[in-house]
Amino acid sequence: MRRLFRDPAALAALLVLSVLSLTAVCAPLIEAAMGMDADAVDLFNRLSPPSPAHPLGTDKLGRDLMLRLLEGGRVSLAVGLSAALVASAIGTLIGLASGYVGGRLDAILMRIADGVIALPLLPLLIVLAAIDLSKLGLPPDVAQSETTSLVRLVILVSLVGWPVTARLVRASTLSLRKREFVEAARTLGYTPWRIALRHVLPNAMAPILVAATLSVGNVVLFESVLSFLGLGIRPPTPSWGNMLTGAQELIWEAPRLAIWPGLLIFATVVSVNLLGDALRDALDPKTVRR
Amino acid sequence: MSRYLVGRLIQTLVVLLLLSMATYGLLGLMPGDPVDLMAGADPDITPADIARLKALYGLDRPIWERYLTWLSAALQGDFGYSRLYAQPVLDIVAHRLPTTILLIGLSLVAALSVAVPAAIVAARNPGGWVDRTINLLCFAGVSVPPFWLALLLIILFAVVLGWLPAGGMSTASGEGGVLDRARHLILPVLTLSAATVAAYTRHLRSALIEVLGEDFIRTARAKGVSEHRVMTRHALRNALLPVVTLVGLDLGSLVSGALITETMFSQLGMGKTIYDAVMGNDYNLALVGLLTAATATLIGNLAADIAYARLDPRIVYRAEPGS
Repeated sequence: MRRLFRDPAALAALLVLSVLSLTAVCAPLIEAAMGMDADAVDLFNRLSPPSPAHPLGTDKLGRDLMLRLLEGGRVSLAVGLSAALVASAIGTLIGLASGYVGGRLDAILMRIADGVIALPLLPLLIVLAAIDLSKLGLPPDVAQSETTSLVRLVILVSLVGWPVTARLVRASTLSLRKREFVEAARTLGYTPWRIALRHVLPNAMAPILVAATLSVGNVVLFESVLSFLGLGIRPPTPSWGNMLTGAQELIWEAPRLAIWPGLLIFATVVSVNLLGDALRDALDPKTVRR
Repeated sequence: MSRYLVGRLIQTLVVLLLLSMATYGLLGLMPGDPVDLMAGADPDITPADIARLKALYGLDRPIWERYLTWLSAALQGDFGYSRLYAQPVLDIVAHRLPTTILLIGLSLVAALSVAVPAAIVAARNPGGWVDRTINLLCFAGVSVPPFWLALLLIILFAVVLGWLPAGGMSTASGEGGVLDRARHLILPVLTLSAATVAAYTRHLRSALIEVLGEDFIRTARAKGVSEHRVMTRHALRNALLPVVTLVGLDLGSLVSGALITETMFSQLGMGKTIYDAVMGNDYNLALVGLLTAATATLIGNLAADIAYARLDPRIVYRAEPGS
C-alpha cells in the first residue's frame, strides 16, 4: 500500500475519485442548501449562461446544470460500482471453477469468455436493452418501473465486465492449485469447493482487486454509451450519459452542455484506470518500479 | 494447418448458427410485433383482423418454428424485407457495408501509423518523460467516452474553427468528389481510432521492451549493428506479432465503435443501420445487421490466428483432440 501512495498519478486519481463520490453522496444536501431542485423546470431560463444563481448555467429545459451533474453522478457511479461488483463476482466464480476444475469445463468457459471479448458487444447490448420485459412474463408495471431499468442496466453492463476478471482469476488459480498448501488441504480430504473458496480464493485477491478496479472504468463507459443512445438510464432521471443525449443538436447554441457531463465521465474513467494500474504495480512484488 | 483451419471454420459456423438463434429469440422479445405496429397505424382495425393478420404472417406460431422458417429461407438467400426502408434486407446491407469497411479500414491504418512510431519512441527510453507522456496519453485514449470525443471534435473543428463538416457523408450539393468525402471522414476516423491507437501503443511498447531485453538483441548490439537497425529490423519485427492478434481481437470493439461514430456523424454504415433498425423495430434488418457484424468479427479473429502462424514459424497449430 505504501508503494501506492508514492505514485503521484495514483494519488491524483484517488483525490479525483474521492471528490466525485463525496459530491455525489452529498448531492441532496447541496440541493437543499441551494434551495433548488435538480428536476425543477424553468422554461423562461432555458440555456442561460453561468450566473451566481446557476454556477454552470441551465440546460434546454432551464434546469440547473450543476445540480443535474451531481445527481447524474450519483446514478452513474452507483450503476458503475454495482455493475463492477456483479461482474467481478461472476468473473471470480467462473475463473475459480475454470482454473480449479480444469479439463472440459475450463475449455468451454474460456471459449465463452473469449467469445464475449471478441464479439461486437455494443450492437448486442442495444438489442438486450431494447427487449420488452413484459414479454418475459414480468407484470407491466414492474417491467416499466425505474428500479427494473436500473437493475437491467447493471446486469447488461456486467455482461461486458466478467471475462477479464475470469481470465485473471483462472491464471492465478492455475498456479495456486499446484502449491503445497493446496495439496495439503486436498490430502486432508476437504471438498473441492472448500479448497477453492477458503484456500485458493484468498490468495487470488490481489488480481481480483486489480481487475475489479479496472472493470469499473469499462462499466462506467458502457453505461454512459447506452444511456447516451437512449437505452440506459431514462430521463428525467439524470445520468452523465443521458445528459449528453440532446447535446449534439444544441452544439451550436450551447457547446458547454456537451462538455461538462463528458468531462466527468472522462475524469472518472481515467482515474479508475490509473488507480487500477498503480494497484497492479503495488500489489505485484515482481514488478520493478519504472 | 489445413485440418486446424477446417476445424476453426466449422467452429465459426457453429458460433454463427447459435448466435442467429439467440438473436432471433431476443428480437422476438422486443416490444410489439410487425402486426401490432400495423395495427397501431390503423384505428379501424378489429381484434379479429389482428388475429387473421398474425395467422397470415405466422406470428401465432411458436418462436422456434418461426426461427426454422427464417433459417431455411435465409439459407436460400432470402433474408426478407426491411420494414423501415421497404427494400430487401440484403440490398441495404450491400449498400451500407462498404461505408463501415472504409471507416474501420482507415481507422486501422491511422491507428497503426501512429502507434508504431509512438511505441518505438516510448520503448527507446522506458521511464523517461517521453515514455511517461505517451503512457498518460494512452490512458486518456482508452478512457475517453467515444461519443464525447466526437462532440469535442465537432465543437473544435466544426463550431469554433469551421474547418470540417460536423457530419454527413458529403456536401449536400453532391459536387465534391473524393476530396469532399475525405473531409467528411476525418472526424469519424479520428473518433474511431482514438481508443485503438492507445491500445496498440501500450501493447507494442511492452512487447518492444520485452524483446529488447532478449539475448539476440544484445548479440546484434555487440556486433555493432546501429541502434536504429536493431529497433526496426530485430526488435520491431518480433514485437509486432502480438499486435497482429490484437488487431484481430480488437475488431469487435471497432465494430462497436463504428456504431457510435456512424450515429454521431450520420455516416450511413452498418453501425447506424443496426441502431436505427433496433430502435425502429425493423426485425429483419436488425437480425441480418447483427449477424453481419458478428461474422466480420469472427472472420477477423480467424484471419489474425492464421496470420500469426504464418508470421511466426515457431507456432504450429494442430487440430484439437477429439475434434
